[in-house]
Amino acid sequence: MSTTKKIAVTALAAVLGASTLAACAGGSGDGSTGADGSGSRTVTLVSHDSFNASPDVLEEFTEETGYTVKVLKSGDAVEALNKEILTKGSPQGDVFFGVDNTTLSRALGNDLFIPYEAAGLERVPEAVRLDPGKHRVTPVDSGDICVNYDRTYFDDRGLAPPQTLDDLAEPAYRDLLVVENPERSSPGLGFLLGTAAAYGDDGWQDYWKKLRANGVKVVDSWEIAYNQEFSGSAGGRAAKGDRPLVVSYASSPPVEVLYAEPRPKTAPTGVSTGTCFRQVEAAGLLAGAGNEAGGKALLDFLISKRFQEDVPLTMFVNPVAEDAELPPLFTEFGEVIAEPRTMAPEKIAENRDQWIQSWSSLVLR
Amino acid sequence: MVLARPEVAEAPAGDAGPRGRNPWRGKASPRGAAVRAALLALPVAFFTLFFAYPVLSIVGRGLRVGDSWHLGRIAEVAGRSDILGVLWFTLWQALASTLLTLLIALPGAYVLARLDFPGKQLLRAVVTVPFVLPTVVAGTAFLALLGRGGLLDALWGVRLDTTVWAILLAHVFFNYAVVVRTVGGLWAQLDPRQEEAARVLGAGRLTAWRRVTLPALAPAVAAAALMVFLFTFTSFGVVQILGGPAYSTLEVEIYRQTAQVLDLSTAAVLTLVQFAAVGAILAVHARTVRRRETALRLVDPSHTAHRPRGAAQRALLGSVLATVGLLIAAPLAVLVQRSFDGPGGYGLVYYRALQSAEASGGTFLVPPLQAVWNSLQYALAATAIALLVGSLAAAALALPRTASGKASAAGRVVRGFDALLMLPLGVSAVTVGFGFLITLDEPPLDLRTSWILVPLAQALVGVPFVVRTMLPVLRAVDARLREAAAVLGASPLRAWREVDLPLVRRALLVAAGFAFAVSLGEFGATVFIARPDNPTLPVAVARLLGRPGELNYGQAMALSTILMLVCAAALLLLDRLRPDRSAGEF
Amino acid sequence: MLVLEGATVRFGRRAALDAVDLEVADHELVCVLGPSGSGKSTLLRAVAGLQPLDGGRVLLGGADQAGVPVHRRGVGLMFQDHQLFPQRDVGGNVAFGLRMHGVPKGERRLRVEELLELVGLPGAARRAVGELSGGEQQRVALARALAPRPRLLMLDEPLGQLDRTLRERLVVELRAVFRRLGTTVLAVTHDQGEAFALADRVVVMRDGRVAQSGTPRDVWQRPASEFVARFLGFANVVPATVTGGTAATPWGGVPVPAGSPQGACRLLVRPSAVRIGPSCAGLPCVVESLTFRGHHVAVRLRPHGAPPLEAECGVGDAPEPGAEVGAVFAAGDVVVLRPGDGG
Repeated sequence: MSTTKKIAVTALAAVLGASTLAACAGGSGDGSTGADGSGSRTVTLVSHDSFNASPDVLEEFTEETGYTVKVLKSGDAVEALNKEILTKGSPQGDVFFGVDNTTLSRALGNDLFIPYEAAGLERVPEAVRLDPGKHRVTPVDSGDICVNYDRTYFDDRGLAPPQTLDDLAEPAYRDLLVVENPERSSPGLGFLLGTAAAYGDDGWQDYWKKLRANGVKVVDSWEIAYNQEFSGSAGGRAAKGDRPLVVSYASSPPVEVLYAEPRPKTAPTGVSTGTCFRQVEAAGLLAGAGNEAGGKALLDFLISKRFQEDVPLTMFVNPVAEDAELPPLFTEFGEVIAEPRTMAPEKIAENRDQWIQSWSSLVLR
Repeated sequence: MVLARPEVAEAPAGDAGPRGRNPWRGKASPRGAAVRAALLALPVAFFTLFFAYPVLSIVGRGLRVGDSWHLGRIAEVAGRSDILGVLWFTLWQALASTLLTLLIALPGAYVLARLDFPGKQLLRAVVTVPFVLPTVVAGTAFLALLGRGGLLDALWGVRLDTTVWAILLAHVFFNYAVVVRTVGGLWAQLDPRQEEAARVLGAGRLTAWRRVTLPALAPAVAAAALMVFLFTFTSFGVVQILGGPAYSTLEVEIYRQTAQVLDLSTAAVLTLVQFAAVGAILAVHARTVRRRETALRLVDPSHTAHRPRGAAQRALLGSVLATVGLLIAAPLAVLVQRSFDGPGGYGLVYYRALQSAEASGGTFLVPPLQAVWNSLQYALAATAIALLVGSLAAAALALPRTASGKASAAGRVVRGFDALLMLPLGVSAVTVGFGFLITLDEPPLDLRTSWILVPLAQALVGVPFVVRTMLPVLRAVDARLREAAAVLGASPLRAWREVDLPLVRRALLVAAGFAFAVSLGEFGATVFIARPDNPTLPVAVARLLGRPGELNYGQAMALSTILMLVCAAALLLLDRLRPDRSAGEF
Repeated sequence: MLVLEGATVRFGRRAALDAVDLEVADHELVCVLGPSGSGKSTLLRAVAGLQPLDGGRVLLGGADQAGVPVHRRGVGLMFQDHQLFPQRDVGGNVAFGLRMHGVPKGERRLRVEELLELVGLPGAARRAVGELSGGEQQRVALARALAPRPRLLMLDEPLGQLDRTLRERLVVELRAVFRRLGTTVLAVTHDQGEAFALADRVVVMRDGRVAQSGTPRDVWQRPASEFVARFLGFANVVPATVTGGTAATPWGGVPVPAGSPQGACRLLVRPSAVRIGPSCAGLPCVVESLTFRGHHVAVRLRPHGAPPLEAECGVGDAPEPGAEVGAVFAAGDVVVLRPGDGG
């Protein structure tokens, strides 16, 4: 065995030995304090992978209430909710955050949540209260799914970007739009629901026929649509994406600005404000929660001004509390969506599967 | 599980005497049986608790209505035309991928086995990188090859990104190493004079290869083909990312029915179908591996390779290098290129951004570079677990078989367990993850929210590697060496330490290295298990790709590059440590 | 049949074959003898076409073989470790070359039977090669090599792996078979006993060159150099100066055959040339050790102030170790070696 090999062997052996120690140390540091145990000072929030909160905001919660927040991320929004349904009665945490218009019925149908009217709910407009009167869920944020456009593309050609759903079916925008498969992607589903809200239960199929005739492209995920096909993103530019129109979020342009260096004067992308579908995202106290009191305190906190004002820059959505102010980035680079379309959770639950099916046969086959 | 692709072909029993039997291995005693049971206790417990119990529970949940089994559901689901369509696609794409992989990788196996050229070690490491790369990353890279403006598009105006070719070629990309390593590993040990003997007897170059080398290689080719078939049959990420809306495999469908639709009964039936298919594949695999132990004359691989001679060999080397360059290196290079291609020209902007949580805007709560450290910790913990469980299992399986009467029964149990340990490779990560949720929810095993669940799940995929690598080496240790040590005054334990351990240590390190690299790239188990907010590398990459913004995209590329480098370094180290002969193929 | 002209093969800077000239006549049995690394195997591989030449020519039946691929040279090669095909049974191995030459099936079967008969393994066609003993494998390898009736049969250490008694028996059988078939044979070995028993002519090689070539008797009786002498197992080689019929050596004067070249040389004194007598006569020595070799005893003597000396005597005449004896030299078994060829 040569010296190099000896060194390599020793190093690997040492690393492996250390690993066990490190792993153990890591464990105790993490604090495997479960959600159980009454009077626990830890409250566990289960959410999807996109959940984010500034550490100092969560610290403030701890200072105010004495509870420490433990966040568990559990896959995408649908997956996370399904896991809670699967473990109903023996939940992984105390509060679940991440139900929206499209998934609420399933959550309520499974009696996932204990009703609780959060303190300060009066600051949240009636329109976004998803479960009015019963308070099984508390609205936390709202987000708009809209068509985004590549500013450079339209500027270069002197073409006005589309503003409405009807525009998208115009010959001027032929072969320019990429959308996500509603069967597999949540912005894709939102966009489909938006068209159903706009053209009615019987009219949306005709609209999609026109979109199809106008060369709409369907991909499976937001990541592919935005980072690969959309000509206005960094990934899309690298991949020579040739679709200047993509279904994304109203917050995407300000986020583009946020993550650009140096910071540009205008956002590289814009929002077609007449194409938006609004989703409200809510949280609820899980039935069987180990720390109900802590959970309730957390729900109160989620609609507090402090948390609400943190939401735009951590999760790129809009606050629901009326007293929460938008950060300058959003007012400066974002656009106001005056009249987004929306749909009641019950109606979505009723029609969703059937709509997706007929959409598939209409657009994919 | 989905993203891990361990090499599983068992190495031929190099020096175990004619027909692979070692008459000196010694006889078993009742004490031997007790020792075996003791050694197996932990692996059996691990496997039962963290695999069999969760998986059976989630399947059971799907097939039970109230208190009674609802087995009619099986026929009902299996008869649905859309399910049959998925099954058909899964089957034919796996077959096509396997054939294509063999076609493209066999020349590579030859070149790496028989030719000497500068950079051979590096090439071997490079072709293995995709194998341990998470599909999120590889998918992006691969689109750069096949998609618009990709290499094929630029060269010949060919775009394959929404066709089934994208899936097939990506499967070649991922599984090239399986063929090269399994087949090449044996090829390098075949005595070239066998072919020469045929030549002298009047066989042309091709005839000699076909009549002499191919039959000797056949079991290894079959073993590699079956592994590729297994990996492509259970393909998930590749199909999701590259397939587009039109294609779905059984594994994708299981994920959808479980995680998205929560139709557990359909998922359960699909899982059973996949179980049956994977079980069949593994059974055939076990059979071929056993056949492979026929009396092949094996030689030291370092003596069989030579510098390329003649135009034909140089052309072959050239075409293999070109294929690897185009199919494997180019997509990887694209990632690297994009990680440096910042807003103001090439630079380290994205790498610098990785170090700070404040990266322009300050919404990243922990520095993404932290993910590297998280990944290392998880991977090390997973490696430690896999090593412990795997070597105990291998040690038990390597014990001499019991005396004739009971032999067949005990032998079958042992072989059965050997095959069972491989099953996690063929079971969807989402099934395991959701199984954990409904089984590990009560003290003392309320592990659902614990960090240890991630390394435990990763170790499930690591164990087959460790067993495959250790078993041949353990079996090849000549009992006479131990006897010699005993005669010289060593106690049994001391003899084990002085004789077995030094022989096995390198295999142990190789197993550790590979389990480590696979854990590092593992994505499935990590995303399907709820975990505290400390993302691993693949998870951080996925999260960065899930947001708009130049810096996010660039950082995703930079992190992927780091992941690639870490994997490649682990693999290079591994190749240096590779035992000369009898260890498993990796 | 076979002619090598200045055949040269280099591995890096080392010449494995260094301008070797060699001829093998029809029906001749030539055995190349040399230590390992002397280039013997490379010689065979070059003739077979398995090893390209860096210089010189190989001619078979008068035709230059440059550019003729291995399988068209019509030579047979029996590998050192036989290289039987493990996937085929005995019959399949023997029939392989016949199949390659398009021999029809019926004829093939007859020939396989005939060959197995010839090598003493009748009816073994269905046996698996893994079950064969070393001697049996050797026979199968021979049958396989002979089957396509090669114009030149080459054997690489044909008996190398077998035990002594088997080797001695087989070498006689082999010679008989080749004689009977009239096969032209080029064999290589490091075992002088094997070479002398098998060959019509022996070629001794050293470092890629031919050191000596001749009949076994020639080579044995008159080694051409100290290297050959030592390789043949002779230890009594010393510097000497020949003057008339006597050579001056560290052991004193040693008589040399008449007509030996005069002047400085190396001198080989065969053990049989050293007679052991009483200590008062000849060179005084102490008996260091005895080695019994069947019919005779090799006696190692230590003269006072001179190199050790090996002698030979009958079993009954052997002195006791430690005894004081005198050594006397006889002219018959003393050879004056070519000077300037150290070893």
